[in-house]
Amino acid sequence: MASTIKAVTTTEGVAPFRFSEAGLAECRRLIARYPAEQSKSALLPILHVAQSENDGWLSVYAMDAVAEVLGIQRIEVFEVASFYSMYNLHPVGTYHLEVCRTTPCMLRGADDLMAHLEKRLGIHVGETTKDGMFTLKGVECLGSCGTAPMLQCGAKYHENLTPERADSLIEQLRAENKRQNYTDQ
Amino acid sequence: MPKVTIDNIEIEVPEGTTILQAARMIGERNKADRHVVPPAMCYYTSLKTSGGYCRTCIVKVSQGSTKDPRPMPKPVASCRTNVMDGMVVQNTTSPELLDARKGVTEFLLINHPLDCPICDQAGECHLQDLGYEHGAEGSRYEFERRTFDPIDIGDTIKLHMTRCILCYRCVKVAEQLTDGRVHGVINRGDVSEISTYIQQAVENDFSGNMIDVCPVGALTDKTFRFASRVWYTKPVDAHRDCENPKCTGKVVLWLKGNEVLRVTGRKDQWGEVESFICNTCRFDKKDVKHWTVEGPRHLDRHSVIAPTTTNSSRSRSSLPRPLRKAPP
Amino acid sequence: MARKLLLEHDNKPGIQGLEGYRANGGYRSVEKALKTMGPEAVLEEVKKSGLRGRGGAGFPTGLKWSFMAKPPGVPRYLVVNADESEPGTFKDRYLMERIPHILIEGMITSSFALGANVSYIYIRGEYFYIYRILERAIEEARAAGWLGKNILGSGFDHDIHVQVGAGAYICGEETALLESLEGKRGNPRIKPPFPAVKGLYGCPTVVNNVETIAAVVPIVNDGGEEYAKIGIGKSTGTKLISAGGNINKPGVYEIDLGITCEEFLNSDEWCGGVQGRALKALVPGGSSVPIIPAELYFKTAAGEARLMTYESLSDGGFATGSMLGSGGFYAYNDAQCIVRSTWNHTRFYAHESCGQCSPCREGTGWMEKVLHRIENGEGRLEDIDLLWDIQRKIEGNTICPLGDAAAWPVASAIRHFRDEFEFHVYHPQKVKDPKHFEKTPFVRKPKTVAA
Ligand SMILES: Cc1cc2nc3c(=O)[nH]c(=O)nc-3n(C[C@H](O)[C@H](O)[C@H](O)COP(=O)(O)O)c2cc1C
Ligand code: SF4
Ligand code: SF4
Ligand code: FES
Ligand code: FES
Repeated sequence: MASTIKAVTTTEGVAPFRFSEAGLAECRRLIARYPAEQSKSALLPILHVAQSENDGWLSVYAMDAVAEVLGIQRIEVFEVASFYSMYNLHPVGTYHLEVCRTTPCMLRGADDLMAHLEKRLGIHVGETTKDGMFTLKGVECLGSCGTAPMLQCGAKYHENLTPERADSLIEQLRAENKRQNYTDQ
Repeated sequence: MPKVTIDNIEIEVPEGTTILQAARMIGERNKADRHVVPPAMCYYTSLKTSGGYCRTCIVKVSQGSTKDPRPMPKPVASCRTNVMDGMVVQNTTSPELLDARKGVTEFLLINHPLDCPICDQAGECHLQDLGYEHGAEGSRYEFERRTFDPIDIGDTIKLHMTRCILCYRCVKVAEQLTDGRVHGVINRGDVSEISTYIQQAVENDFSGNMIDVCPVGALTDKTFRFASRVWYTKPVDAHRDCENPKCTGKVVLWLKGNEVLRVTGRKDQWGEVESFICNTCRFDKKDVKHWTVEGPRHLDRHSVIAPTTTNSSRSRSSLPRPLRKAPP
Repeated sequence: MARKLLLEHDNKPGIQGLEGYRANGGYRSVEKALKTMGPEAVLEEVKKSGLRGRGGAGFPTGLKWSFMAKPPGVPRYLVVNADESEPGTFKDRYLMERIPHILIEGMITSSFALGANVSYIYIRGEYFYIYRILERAIEEARAAGWLGKNILGSGFDHDIHVQVGAGAYICGEETALLESLEGKRGNPRIKPPFPAVKGLYGCPTVVNNVETIAAVVPIVNDGGEEYAKIGIGKSTGTKLISAGGNINKPGVYEIDLGITCEEFLNSDEWCGGVQGRALKALVPGGSSVPIIPAELYFKTAAGEARLMTYESLSDGGFATGSMLGSGGFYAYNDAQCIVRSTWNHTRFYAHESCGQCSPCREGTGWMEKVLHRIENGEGRLEDIDLLWDIQRKIEGNTICPLGDAAAWPVASAIRHFRDEFEFHVYHPQKVKDPKHFEKTPFVRKPKTVAA
């Protein structure tokens, strides 16, 4: 029962992608961590860099660029990108709210948090709000079971959430209107 | 050389032989002993690192070796486990093992479309054999089955992902025989699928071998003219002097009258091709005069289902029952 | 108050940085090992300590290290498993976030013993912010000469790199982790060969959990014998427990192995008792271990007080016991529904199956669908037997232990709570509301515990 949202595998209407200079420098830094003939090892971290530079998702163009940087087959990139749940193969909202739904969180009210967010945002889990601001996703244990219920947005964990705290988080994010990525420092 | 006993039959084999290979050696030594050979849906002798995935070839090791006679705690994949001197293996003599294999067979079938009556592979499908020999009557699975639309991967190959059992053989062919893999396994868990990158075409001299290694009807030959039941065709061994140095040019022609309906590699008694052939031989030489015909090919293993067997309720029936012999 | 070995300086100011860490005795084990001990002696202390892997399986660390193949001219690697994705477990996060240098120190000392000149930390992608913390800590250590060439003039070279994953529980399985570290899909490898012979890039590799490697620091500092004085029998030393679920004081606790389960759950020093209501069930070691009803948590089938040790928690086997696992401890109060929890567990495993082998790929999804149907009041009595049969056919027949991990929670839930599954079948209306047991808890007929 893994995610069934289909990857966007066309290039139609999709913005082209190029790594920024800083992005390329980061790729080089990452590749240097591995023995010379093992640069493919850097694939996962480099996909993160590409995703952050491509509005939070991996388009065909972004995957192509990653294949080029590492000098590997494009299918090797696609195989990996589609395996791991943190890579989005379709566009996501400015804020990707990832709510933990696994048992320990469920015991502490994850179902209620999810229901509250769905109502509050007017979307179902897996959907994006019309204004493109929020995408709601159910994810598996984030190693935050003691501070449940919780959600992750970008690199940040928001823990011990009550409906009120979730509301004020949404208000605050809406006001900031700035994408949050996993790779944010 | 280590000695191993499989279902009470002993054989001496070279160091580094797997249990599956040892069992096949027993079967080759004496046809009557072929029951000791476990079914293998993903292992393929000529493909490195194949095997281990499907779990149909599991066996019980009731004694690890002479040195360490303890039994292995769990069934092991015979295709990926080497024999040890004094090892004792149970395949058909262990009821628990047969039950476990029945489970594996059921798992492989729960999402299978059971569309044998319209499948090109019918008659030479290893999953049909497996279901018939090791499965149960009827299915306990009542949920909607996974489905995918068939897609063309290049001009010559069609992929019916719905039928795929994710044996990885075609991926290994692409990796080991061709000069750049363009297809592979995407997604994970029960939505894993074989796919190309963005509908890329699989174009390579040796890509057609993916069709031959596929144990089911997931990869089929688009040039197979007048898609015809294999039992209506007459297989003959043939060869030609192939220009491609990596191709032996040794094939089977599937004839109807004098017409070449398709060309495949020659499969041995375990269903594995004896040598890989190039795409020119497979897809472009569709005239008998391209070939030197050696004589009829004897096929002894594959099940064949009668064309009259129809599958009335697709969602709850088991596989159409294969006949053991081709109808005349 | 028990002695703490890993979290002793947890609350000291500046402990996250190198300076604060040094001020509290940090990096002494590296000095001691490199200057006065030598690799064999470090291995000897680890063996004497009785330390067992803290990642879940509890395999003796010293023994694992001694399996490391040493072909000449081939590099060896230490890889730290910081994938921490077992539901209920959050101790490694706590440790790495608070005291990153204890991991780095442990890695240098351990790598010295193993003869590894490069080691990697593989951290789950969701812990991106901790990845940054570790990168900074490594940078600090490098600048101060704890990493690099000829450390402390000993002739030993070492460097550490950290790599992030990208969301896949299966990458906690050591061979899937190595695949992922090589930039591939997280498909577990078929064993043998084991990593100690062919691991990262085909070279001999030891994979250890974060907490295991951190524990090497006090073991080398104080000696293996000192460490082994804590605990009971083969459960030596201290263990980090991630406590969650319906308890009053969730958090990470360092306990001496051997305290009673009763004390751990009810004492104010630890969990502080069950939140509001009666205790219904417990998962003591992460979602993969069997769930046990309250009475079996407190006492073994033989009527002895159950202890927080590897042996005592598994006393009685799967019939009446569970496992210490990764120490992901979560309690259920009587408002919780076991069927719902089992469905949730199974959904997790179906979602996390890599999909390589048929029993796990197909079986987990099937169980999820059947459980969902029962939980929603649409199940039949035969479904319970069907589930039992499916889990039985997954267990033991897969490439990696994820198949077993998916089977056990289902098996144990049916074993101990079958009447609750039946209730869902008999009273479909009563279970329509997802919180069906909040107002009227389900009353289990206490079973006579079979020996
Ligand atoms: C499905 C699965 C998930 C696992 N997840 C983790 C994990 O997140 N962290 C961990 O340290 N070990 C995990 N393990 C155990 C590792 O395979 C391995 O045994 C462990 O890292 C060895 O370290 P240790 O001996 O120090 O415990 C997992 C095992 C399996 C089968
Ligand atoms: S398409 Fe055929 S050969 Fe390829 S993985 Fe599927 S079943 Fe195996
Ligand atoms: S048991 Fe599951 S996770 Fe492990 S290899 Fe098989 S399919 Fe993958
Ligand atoms: S179950 Fe939600 S963080 Fe662990
Ligand atoms: S043939 Fe051995 S596991 Fe598939």
